[in-house]
Amino acid sequence: MNPFGDQLLNVITFVPLAGALVLLLLPKEKNELVARLATAFAGLGVLVSLPLWFAWQSAPTDGHGFRFVFETGWIPSIGARYIVGVDGISMLLVLLTTIMGFIAILSSWTAIQTRVKGFYVFMLILQTGMLGVFVSLDLFLFYIFWEVMLVPMYFIIGIWGGKRKLYAAIKFFLYTLFGSVLMLLGIIALYFYHQKVAGIFTFDIRYLQAMGTWAGWFDLQCWIWLAFFLGFAIKVPMFPFHTWLPDAHVEAPTAGSVILAAVLLKMGTYGFVRFSLPMMPEATKHYLPWALTLCVIGIIYGAMVAMVQKDWKKLVAYSSVSHLGFCMIGIFALTADGITGGVLQMLNHGLATGALFLIVGLVYERRHTREISEYGGLWKVMPLFAVLFMIMMLSSIGMPGIPGNGFIGEFTILMGVFALPQKFWAVLAATGIVLGAAYMLWLYQRTMFGELSNEKNKSLKDLNFRETATLVPLVLLSFWIGLYPKPFFNILAEPVHKLVAQVEQTWQYPEEVSVLTEDNVLVRLEDLKETAPEEGNEVH
Amino acid sequence: MLTVSHVMILSLVLFGIGVFGVLTRRNILIVLMSLELILNAANLNFVAFSWAHPGIQGQVFALFVICVAAGEVAVGLAILITLFRNRNSVNIDEFHLMKG
Amino acid sequence: MLDFIWLIPLIPLAGVLINGFFGRRMPLKVVGVIACATVLAAFLLSVGAVVQLAGSEPNADGLRIHEVGELDWIPLDAVSVPWEFSLDPLGSVLLLVVTGVGFLIHVYSIGYMAHEKDYARFFTYLNLFMGMMLTLVLAGNMMVMFVGWEGVGLCSYLLIGFYYDKPFDTRTGLTCADAGRKAFITNRIGDFAFLIGVLYLAINFGTLTFSEISEKVTHAGPGSHALLVGVGILLFLGACGKSAQIPLYVWLPDAMAGPTPVSALIHAATMVTAGVYMVARMSALYAQAPEAMAVIAAVGALTAIFAAIMGTAATDIKKVLAYSTVSQLGYMFAALGVGAYVAGIFHLMTHAFFKALLFLGAGSVIHGMNGEQDITKMGGLRKKMPRTYWTFLVATLAIAGIPGLAGFFSKDEILWGAWSSGNKMVWLTLAAAAGVTAFYMFRLVYLTFWGRFRGGDEAESHVHESNNLMTVPLMILAGLAIVGGWVGFPNSFLKDAPFIHSFHHWLAPAIADSHGGGHGAEASHSAGVEFGLMALAVGIALCGIFLALQIYKSSSLPQKIADTLGPVYKLVRNLFWVDELYNLVVLRPFYAVCRGFRWVDIHVVDGLVNGTRNATLGLSYISNLHDRVVVDGLVNLTGWTTTLFHRMLGRVQTGMIQTYLSVMLLGVFILIAYYTLAG
Repeated sequence: MNPFGDQLLNVITFVPLAGALVLLLLPKEKNELVARLATAFAGLGVLVSLPLWFAWQSAPTDGHGFRFVFETGWIPSIGARYIVGVDGISMLLVLLTTIMGFIAILSSWTAIQTRVKGFYVFMLILQTGMLGVFVSLDLFLFYIFWEVMLVPMYFIIGIWGGKRKLYAAIKFFLYTLFGSVLMLLGIIALYFYHQKVAGIFTFDIRYLQAMGTWAGWFDLQCWIWLAFFLGFAIKVPMFPFHTWLPDAHVEAPTAGSVILAAVLLKMGTYGFVRFSLPMMPEATKHYLPWALTLCVIGIIYGAMVAMVQKDWKKLVAYSSVSHLGFCMIGIFALTADGITGGVLQMLNHGLATGALFLIVGLVYERRHTREISEYGGLWKVMPLFAVLFMIMMLSSIGMPGIPGNGFIGEFTILMGVFALPQKFWAVLAATGIVLGAAYMLWLYQRTMFGELSNEKNKSLKDLNFRETATLVPLVLLSFWIGLYPKPFFNILAEPVHKLVAQVEQTWQYPEEVSVLTEDNVLVRLEDLKETAPEEGNEVH
Repeated sequence: MLTVSHVMILSLVLFGIGVFGVLTRRNILIVLMSLELILNAANLNFVAFSWAHPGIQGQVFALFVICVAAGEVAVGLAILITLFRNRNSVNIDEFHLMKG
Repeated sequence: MLDFIWLIPLIPLAGVLINGFFGRRMPLKVVGVIACATVLAAFLLSVGAVVQLAGSEPNADGLRIHEVGELDWIPLDAVSVPWEFSLDPLGSVLLLVVTGVGFLIHVYSIGYMAHEKDYARFFTYLNLFMGMMLTLVLAGNMMVMFVGWEGVGLCSYLLIGFYYDKPFDTRTGLTCADAGRKAFITNRIGDFAFLIGVLYLAINFGTLTFSEISEKVTHAGPGSHALLVGVGILLFLGACGKSAQIPLYVWLPDAMAGPTPVSALIHAATMVTAGVYMVARMSALYAQAPEAMAVIAAVGALTAIFAAIMGTAATDIKKVLAYSTVSQLGYMFAALGVGAYVAGIFHLMTHAFFKALLFLGAGSVIHGMNGEQDITKMGGLRKKMPRTYWTFLVATLAIAGIPGLAGFFSKDEILWGAWSSGNKMVWLTLAAAAGVTAFYMFRLVYLTFWGRFRGGDEAESHVHESNNLMTVPLMILAGLAIVGGWVGFPNSFLKDAPFIHSFHHWLAPAIADSHGGGHGAEASHSAGVEFGLMALAVGIALCGIFLALQIYKSSSLPQKIADTLGPVYKLVRNLFWVDELYNLVVLRPFYAVCRGFRWVDIHVVDGLVNGTRNATLGLSYISNLHDRVVVDGLVNLTGWTTTLFHRMLGRVQTGMIQTYLSVMLLGVFILIAYYTLAG
């Protein structure tokens, strides 16, 4: 089942990078060969990631819930180690990344005509960066992958983008960099505080997560939480940090948009699940009302702004803001159902919105415009395209059964949020379902229905085999999650329940008090013991 | 009777011809050849003194200089060929890239 | 066969796959036959299942129910939802109506749609609809029902917008696609409430399976009364969307943009009754929430009269029927609201027969008139389309409540239920609505089939009767519209006939009734009162018919009446301006807010980002200036000084190796000379 043993995650992560290196050796005139080889490597990436799914049940865990862990020394002087491993949450995201990466590359064969080699090299490097983020179990390693990923994306937008590509690329880069630098501050603060209390310098996420059980560092926790929050919220993006997203999406080439929507945005939500919640549960609860408010604003506001967009891609981009708000509200519900739904909705959003960007890309390639008013009546000339678009649109608006994945996610999230004592959060969030249907159906009607009045649209060709092949896997996966999501729930159950237990537990003083030899730390801890009990386990 | 002085006069003449050639000729090939003359003048001296004051060092050194000279000529000629290819000329006046 | 009820929805879905993938490459006949065959198979399987259900042993509550559901679907912490199907008497009624009427309409469609280009697409949608509707009917829990619920909404959307490139209503500029979207969004608003209700149920009772919910709400205790009322109203709001009740009825008249068989199948016989079905399914909950039932009764009765009045002024043959449908659905809800569940479901069934027949008849007329739908341009079609005319007349009599036909029995039962429950206002409203119904239906018949043709000679010569594929289903439905009500013969008549009240006996165990049995089970009620009320209702209906015949006999009288009524007529003619009101109160502000948000997004939220950028750029510019002038100035000064020296000393550097050598030689000579002379 798993031919790679404990090297599995290394293979998964670095196969795309190896592909990039091989591509570099090819002469740059051979565009066709480059494209095919890049696709082959991305396909290989999918293949090597399959053991994650099929060997999942049989793989042993490391005692912290992580599987396929590989660990080795790296930078001993600062305590950074090379540790990779996945739990159910990151495993699904890794699979999403490999699949969406493959599809994004497959979709670029004809869309990218200039500097072909460079494009695919960047795509493959990006792929490694994203995979690295999801598999890292060392905060230092995580941060490196997190930043590495920015660079290829910057070039992909900046070189192969649309008219305002430079503006969008720089905005994307600086905005996210701003957030991640603050996050770096948070990481360093965590690192030193951990050393101060536990006595060892380490970036190992599994140890740092234990800090969530410590009591008495509430003030510091709040500051670190805010630093992380900014980093992740910009990435998600949550209202009001979302404005880079429409620009980046609109200007990026199709493959870039697909990756951006399907995977890059998930890093923010993943960050919350992996770091903010388990490491800083007290602060999470402290800021919960604010976070939930931002989520709800994001859902409604994003949907309403999407309603009046004239640009097809921008509309889908704003729908992302709305949907990610949904993911986040599920996660911030801090209930098992909410978090499961949030993670599941990340996958669904990746599939649905990824597909919607592919769909925009397919018509953009034919007509070179994204103005919705330029289209209309496309069903007549592109029936296959229209049907696939319909299915993925239905996925996006949460139609149960056809294909149903969006609905499963939304329902699970609502279920989780509804368990909160304040029911209005769920009610407000649920309005997103109505609004989502409103703007998506209107978009569909304006593009696919109506008369085929525009002369330029009359000669459009329906999808060819390769283009169909980019969309069909997404449709099939959507149906799978929609009709029989149980395997996904099973995989998510363990890490989510562990996470909820971590968030819900009573905080205690760290046990390793004995290792504290420096006076100041000991004194500090004693101070803490006197003041701590008031900050008990107040849930909501 | 051949004495060291005779040899030294010969080497002095050789040296003088060499220096004259290096300083006045405009063809790099000839400059290189003149350089060889200077080196060989030095070699003559080595050998002569080694002969006058019994000992092996002088001759060893002469052999060493021959080797170095061979290397130097090889490098010099390679540079010369490259120069000729690039500039189509071996006139030393045309090469003043180092002019301040 | 009962264990395979989940196959019933799957068979039409298999038809979807076949026609969806290969339909465009197959001959038209094959497409139609496949579509019909799947529905027929579903019908036969349903009949088998129902027969088997009837022969099975009832459980402790006297209820015959069969549930299957092994496959986990949404296993959550708060509630675990399996793929669950169940069949009980309530479901069996719907099941037979949906598959039976559905099959007839499929057959009819083969004839009706014969000239369409997108034949395969139509039957794909239609089969998808059947699959989803059967999922809804056979669902064993609320989520599976929701799949069907939303699925039929989707099919409705697709089929209303079937002629997606055609305009629909020139007065409002609505296109068919707009009408479909309107239907979907309006339904979504209802579904929003429905979903919230479901969430409340799931959180509080930990289950969404119907049988378990019934069990739990019955024993919920008084503490959860407010919760149940709230949930009841929320669920009813969902039903309002699906079943076109006030305030969410606005989509149904516009849904007539779809092909006529669709109007018959979805917007008359089956889908729109889903709300009624759902409320009846949740009867145990409503039994604990009388306030919610009062709301349902009020809304139902109000809708019944309101829509009937709007039906009197419409001139589009299908829109008249659409308002009639809204009105009849109002009847059903009123019945549910007063606790006469059986009567409501009974009416659902008879209504499916005669309303499907009316729509198919209207379709036949439209077909014969080559697409004309305006009844002011028809007239005298009786002679030209005899089969259509006679079947249409049967259905009209049925809906008007003429004794002996299906509509009479169900309507009477509803009226009696309203009266006996003590809701005299509801009774009065419904009775009045019955009169209006009879009026507008006979107005329709008169304008369409009687009098003389008003569409011009050219059009008249083209009018023709439809072919057998279309008229045979009409005749079968006409038969059903006559005998379909006999299963619900009231107790008061013919006490010894074998089929007396069999419908009630079959259905009653599936309903948890707060009034302890409703109509028929109450032995105490006086047969005299019932007869009196029945006669009164028939009298009102006959008055309506008489009035319609009198008014439309003359060609000038309708106009005169309209002029006399003036503003009232205008109000009705413009449908109370409800669409315009919604537009003004809801849609326009909504779009304005959307545009406002977009402005805010560009200028405020993004403005802050760009402002930061501009501020940074400004600061950078100043820094740059300082850097260039002051800091760099010092550096440059050093540079300039160095350059100066360079200029002077650089001359020495000729770049000519021979010059250097000469100088060196000169130096050597000087040195030699120096040491020689000095030494």
